Amino acid sequence: MQPFTRVTTPIVPLPREDVNTDDIIPARYLKGTDKRGLAQGLFARWRYRDDGTPDPTFPLNDPRYAGARILLTGANFGSGSSREHAVWALTEWGFRAVLAPSFADIFYNNAVQNGLLPARLAPDAVAALFAWVEAHPGAAVTVDLVDRQVRLPTGEVYAFDLDPFARERLLEGADDLDYLLRHLPQVEAYERRWGK
Amino acid sequence: MTPPRTLFDKVWGAHVVYQAPHAPAILYIDLHLVHEVTSPQAFAMLRARGLTVRRPDRTVATMDHSTPTTSLDLQAADPQARMQLQTLAHNARHFGVRLYGLGHPQRGIVHVLGPELGLTQPGMTIVCGDSHTSTHGAFGALAFGIGTTQVGHVLATQTLLMRKPKTMRVTFSGRLRPGVTAKDMILALIARIGTHGGRGHVLEYAGEAVRSLDMAGRMTLANMSIEAGARAGMIAPDDTTFQYLAGREFAPQGPAWEQALARWRALPTDPGAVFDREVHLDVGDLEPMITYGTTPGMAVPITGRVPDPDRVPEPAQRRLLHKALRYMGLRPGQALLGQRVDWVFVGSCTNGRLEDLRQAARVLRGRKVAPHVRMVVVPGSETVRRQAEAEGLDRVFRRAGAEWRYAGCSLCIAMNGDRVPAGHYAVSTSNRNFEGRQGPGARTFLASPLTAAASAVEGRLADPRRFLA
Repeated sequence: MQPFTRVTTPIVPLPREDVNTDDIIPARYLKGTDKRGLAQGLFARWRYRDDGTPDPTFPLNDPRYAGARILLTGANFGSGSSREHAVWALTEWGFRAVLAPSFADIFYNNAVQNGLLPARLAPDAVAALFAWVEAHPGAAVTVDLVDRQVRLPTGEVYAFDLDPFARERLLEGADDLDYLLRHLPQVEAYERRWGK
Repeated sequence: MTPPRTLFDKVWGAHVVYQAPHAPAILYIDLHLVHEVTSPQAFAMLRARGLTVRRPDRTVATMDHSTPTTSLDLQAADPQARMQLQTLAHNARHFGVRLYGLGHPQRGIVHVLGPELGLTQPGMTIVCGDSHTSTHGAFGALAFGIGTTQVGHVLATQTLLMRKPKTMRVTFSGRLRPGVTAKDMILALIARIGTHGGRGHVLEYAGEAVRSLDMAGRMTLANMSIEAGARAGMIAPDDTTFQYLAGREFAPQGPAWEQALARWRALPTDPGAVFDREVHLDVGDLEPMITYGTTPGMAVPITGRVPDPDRVPEPAQRRLLHKALRYMGLRPGQALLGQRVDWVFVGSCTNGRLEDLRQAARVLRGRKVAPHVRMVVVPGSETVRRQAEAEGLDRVFRRAGAEWRYAGCSLCIAMNGDRVPAGHYAVSTSNRNFEGRQGPGARTFLASPLTAAASAVEGRLADPRRFLA
């Protein structure tokens, strides 16, 4: 997994609350057996018009945000289905961080497992960021995991919140599995003690 | 003396294998349920890292999400779905995991199958790569959905890393009136606390209205905990729970049953135990509920009206409601009763059990589905299908003009070929009314099996209480 220290890119604004994982990737894209090709389905119902052509009004199709690796969105992002495909679609598209006032529990965990930073900001900070992006579309912003800050080129700084264990994982690009495998002796002891 | 503990605290405490300072707990998982959609990449990870399934005896697989409901022949699945199903069959064989594959007489939706076989038991930790794993909490298990990476962790180690969630007790007091069900209770709760009201929490459902529910109703309640954003939902086990489990294939037998009972009876929350949050709902005057929007929280009594977005003070919520009503093609202030309906779906892990089918059949017996309505009934498992057929429910549905299918998730997630056409209105007993959930452009009203069946007969959203004279 790619370690995350800081990224500096434009932000794509997606000013919606309660974006669920069906919105992020509809179920018809879940029939594969690997993680590839899922970016095609990213926000598919919003990105494409009924005839399959890109909808120019959807932010991901807006050339002003080309190359953006940071997604800015509303509260409760990633609610609903546990599908990790939602995170794989976001990372395959190139996203490194999602900024939002809150995340659904399962999505949050899935994001961390895949090196995608789910950064929780105060609702006021998110509102300020939306206004700023509207005024400065395409301007690069720094998301810094070391300092837990979003820094704007105009000088504003917003702190974000992240579980310290998750932060360490992301900084190292490390995998929970190695940690769990290292603790297998404890698991065996537990099984013996409880007759499992 | 130990301080009073909640049901959740007891189950959590009994499963923490190890916890380093400031780190999440390593939580032991008693039962891991697996299905075709969220497992292939996890099995691939095991292969890539040279790992095995550590406890195949605690791992059970089924096929449900992408299986056809018109045939039990793999050839009826589309090529991609077929490949996914074959991949699960291959992985199950290779790693020695028990599989209820297509054609197996006990195959079913993962959250119908587990309880039905007696695999789901009080006090267990249960996970699955599926958010509706919360269903199993109806037995007093700690059960929750996980992503595919964690499916891999559990396959490899029988554990996962987790921070201890907070607790919220939801007390449903009062008695349900006729025609009002567990589905209406949970829709009312989500309307009250919102789709992220439960975030970071494990809910415990308590109160006399919960005690009075049968296991099917309790499972409906626990099933939709995730739609309130909760990590899990639990119900203390009691005699209703034990009677349900007694004699089931994988439930403890003989002396082991007596020992299990003693353990299970110690699980309920101690008097005086403290929850991080408490919510109370009186169900005495609860009506059948219906959703009008594109989240399960957008629900009102069936006799109610579509809310007016311009009266919503909070801008983000106002925008969300505007967008939802545009998608649904509904007008602010419009009555729900009488709204045209084109499709009716009875089934899913929320309401696809025998008791749910009986409710729908109760309304449909001797009646006809309106000519313009297509009604599809999909049993939650092949066992449910056979039981329903033994009772003649299939004939009630067919005579009424409904379609009777093989078990699967079907129109709840619409990835097996079953789908509601764009622009059409569906009353669905499933759990999600998200945009496009039942097919691109499909418009979903979530409701109980009673309300779904009544609406099928009238061809419009209907109050089931008129049919229960």
